[in-house]
Amino acid sequence: MAGIEVSALHKRYPDGTVAVDHVDLSIRDGELFVMLGPSGCGKTTTLRAIAGLERQTTGNIRIGDTLVDDLPPADRDIAMVFQFYALYPHLRTRDNLAFPLRAEGLPKAEVRKRVDEAAGLMRLGPLLDRRPHRLSGGEQQRVALARALVRRPRAFLMDEPLTNLDAELRADMRTEIKHLQGELGTTMVYVTHDQVEAMSLGHRIAILNKGRVEQIGTPLEVYDRPASLFCAAFIGSPPMNLIEVEVADGKLRSQGGLALTPPPGLPRDRRLVAGVRPEALEVTEPGAERSVPARVVSAEWLGDEIIYVVDHDGQRDVRVRMPPTVRFTADAPVGLRHTGGPPPVYDVSTEELVA
Amino acid sequence: MALSVDEAVSTGPAGDHTPPSRRFGGRGRAVLEVALLTVLAVVMLFPVLWMIETSIKENRDVYAIPAKFFDFKVTMEHFKDVFVASGGGRSTLSASFLNSVLVAGVSTALATVLGVPAAWAYSRFAVKAKKDQLFFILSTRFMPPVVVVIPIFLMYRQVGLIDTKLGLILIYTAFNVPFTIWMMKGFVDEVPAEYEDAAMLDGYTRLQAFRRFTLPLLLPGIAATAVFALIFSWNEFVFAIFLTSSDDVRTAPPAIAGLIGGTTVDWGLVAAASVVFALPVLVFAYLVRKHLVAGVTLGAVRR
Ligand SMILES: Nc1ncnc2c1ncn2[C@@H]1O[C@H](COP(=O)(O)OP(=O)(O)O)[C@@H](O)[C@H]1O
Ligand SMILES: [Mg+2]
Repeated sequence: MAGIEVSALHKRYPDGTVAVDHVDLSIRDGELFVMLGPSGCGKTTTLRAIAGLERQTTGNIRIGDTLVDDLPPADRDIAMVFQFYALYPHLRTRDNLAFPLRAEGLPKAEVRKRVDEAAGLMRLGPLLDRRPHRLSGGEQQRVALARALVRRPRAFLMDEPLTNLDAELRADMRTEIKHLQGELGTTMVYVTHDQVEAMSLGHRIAILNKGRVEQIGTPLEVYDRPASLFCAAFIGSPPMNLIEVEVADGKLRSQGGLALTPPPGLPRDRRLVAGVRPEALEVTEPGAERSVPARVVSAEWLGDEIIYVVDHDGQRDVRVRMPPTVRFTADAPVGLRHTGGPPPVYDVSTEELVA
Repeated sequence: MALSVDEAVSTGPAGDHTPPSRRFGGRGRAVLEVALLTVLAVVMLFPVLWMIETSIKENRDVYAIPAKFFDFKVTMEHFKDVFVASGGGRSTLSASFLNSVLVAGVSTALATVLGVPAAWAYSRFAVKAKKDQLFFILSTRFMPPVVVVIPIFLMYRQVGLIDTKLGLILIYTAFNVPFTIWMMKGFVDEVPAEYEDAAMLDGYTRLQAFRRFTLPLLLPGIAATAVFALIFSWNEFVFAIFLTSSDDVRTAPPAIAGLIGGTTVDWGLVAAASVVFALPVLVFAYLVRKHLVAGVTLGAVRR
């Protein structure tokens, strides 16, 4: 087992595409580290560089204490699970699992023992004699995971392994992967574009955008204080409301007069935007104390909650999360009130967190 | 769903309401189709049938006027003449057939050995100006052989490849490599690169990964491509007749053509030689017929 150190990674493909601009990651031993970002931001390229399948243009990669820049994939002692499962189609499950071990030249008995162990962990017993085309998507993915396990590598790399599964199965597998990683204690780098997956799996999350790291933090840190406007818009469903604010007399107000709890150390004379989570707002009867006038645009009834979209001072997409007991009809005049603590505040021009 | 369809068919009056003319139209059309196909088949197959018939007719019946379609004497003499010389020993034709087997076989094997790895490389790696290179490779096939045969003749004379089997093998290989690369690239593109990635992480080198995982999946494609190359080399006539002259180098197509001419033509021998010549191609095409279709639709068309 080992940590992974990525420093100043830069990858430019021969056709000129800069897939990774500058990435620094310091992944701890035994950590479940998630790389999150929209499609095309360079997640796969970073992962493949760690695996040795792609040679970085500049930058260094260390696995444990070893500088692996010049090592072929086989010598890096890591296992990777692909979005497309890459099970060998002509081999039965048993042989698919045994393959990496035979490559190492392990004795037969040991191969058998390890295959049975991995098959047990992923509950593959009844599937051992089938070929991939006779397995469902979920089963194929379990075999792919088991295949990563058998070698007992120093680290797992996962490239959107659950994308091809349906929602229910995805949730199950998520739990299973998290549990497994906890049991084994092996370092895992998990790549996804799904923020729910990232939040529920990761010990820490790195948010990537256009080949750069925007933020690294625990799920809570990333949720509470997104480091940039990009992160603020990316994390949460629905995401934060980005409301233009100004500082006056030590108070933080939107242009429509909505008062927010001001964080300390606010800069003056700059255009600012506050990131307000939908659950930090409240729809009230019109004219309620500390509320400003607003109007309901629409309401999404989700059963356990209602997401109101309200029009506040011309900003027509302010989202508010309310319990299902509070009901307002569309077009109704209402009040809007901030109830949470100090929101993160961003500079409009640099798009970065300032307070 | 299936139930409701069954009900509609059994209870619905749709069948009874179909106008008789339309039903007749359907049958009439089928009759017309069969008739047209029959005519086409006869036109296409008659020369083949005639060739086969001629190859087993006695000479008297071959030259009979009016031509005899059915009541002729069957003989295997012509086939014997193909392989055995009149004074005993091997005939020159049989030597030509052996030359054909050698030249077609070796040039196909060479084209496959060179073309498949090249196709893999073009499919998997970032090669500079890949599209231009591939276009250049294909462009070598734009010209028909007869256009390039004179310069090649002159070059071959300079380097001493005229009238050698090696010369034919090289030129056929040169013609088959581009075809093999293009066709096989289609097949390699179909095999996900992740197989090789996974194998490399499992401890194999890139070449081992190719050999152990990609290659087995490519075998049907390789078989189809090789058969196409084999048929090209086997049938090739222009280079063969220009670049070779002696009996012990010649392949079958110019040798058979050489039988025609002179004062009398032994049509029985020509027909028998042609049948023998056509058989291997037919057998091969039959053996890989599924792959041929797959090869054409899958390998060549996509991308
Ligand atoms: N082999 C390649 N050659 C050229 N460009 C590539 C290659 N692979 C990926 N890219 C480009 O690099 C960028 C990042 O790709 P990728 O790392 O796959 O992103 P992600 O996995 O985050 O979706 C994309 O713009 C993609 O088009
Ligand atoms: Mg990707």
